[in-house]
Amino acid sequence: MDEKKLAIIATKGTLDWGYPPFILASTAAALGYGVEIFFTFYGLQLLKKDLGHLRVSPLGNPAMPMPIPMPTLMMVLPGMEGMATSMMKSKMKAKGVASLEELRGLCVEAEVRMIACQMTVDLFEFDTTDFIDGIELGGAASFFEFAGESDITLFM
Amino acid sequence: MVQEDKILDARGLNCPLPILRTKKALGELTSGQVLKIVATDPGAVKDFEAFAKQTKNPLLEHAEAAGEFIFFIQKA
Repeated sequence: MDEKKLAIIATKGTLDWGYPPFILASTAAALGYGVEIFFTFYGLQLLKKDLGHLRVSPLGNPAMPMPIPMPTLMMVLPGMEGMATSMMKSKMKAKGVASLEELRGLCVEAEVRMIACQMTVDLFEFDTTDFIDGIELGGAASFFEFAGESDITLFM
Repeated sequence: MVQEDKILDARGLNCPLPILRTKKALGELTSGQVLKIVATDPGAVKDFEAFAKQTKNPLLEHAEAAGEFIFFIQKA
């Protein structure tokens, strides 16, 4: 039986949206899939060695659960983003949710192939030496090379 | 009662860690050996059934006791 394949495009660079690509990629790899993630635009943030800079923003996110109801305007106040980020981090720790670094490490261990979009690396002037080892650079055509023969393709 | 060859303590871990740790632990067993997993994530029940089905490692038995979910998976 041929190996199943999963192709993911990761476009978001916030703490919360960093999870779906790494959760699904690591789980698919555990189930025996060949997995590739194509990181583009803000998703490139997920490739940095240190992920401590990732934040979650309550701004423009009315669905985010807050300890007390707060008017939208308050979300722009200085410190709100930092507060939301540290709240989410401590909640995740308390609930036994893996850190992004841990999930990404499991992906690397499971040989998930990670491609950084060359165009957006240039656009945002990312320094690829800030990325973890083993990242390849590629363009849209290289994504389709893998996606075209994948069983599942997800855009995140 | 199934006799295990190895125990994996996945208590307090949340999705997808119990599955990922299980995959790793199974890698250290030989074909026919049995891994016992103890988890507390309620989502683990469906996940272990799905994992067993897709990886063809049979889920021999599972039980629930005092908020803990116990699974016995045999390495194919």
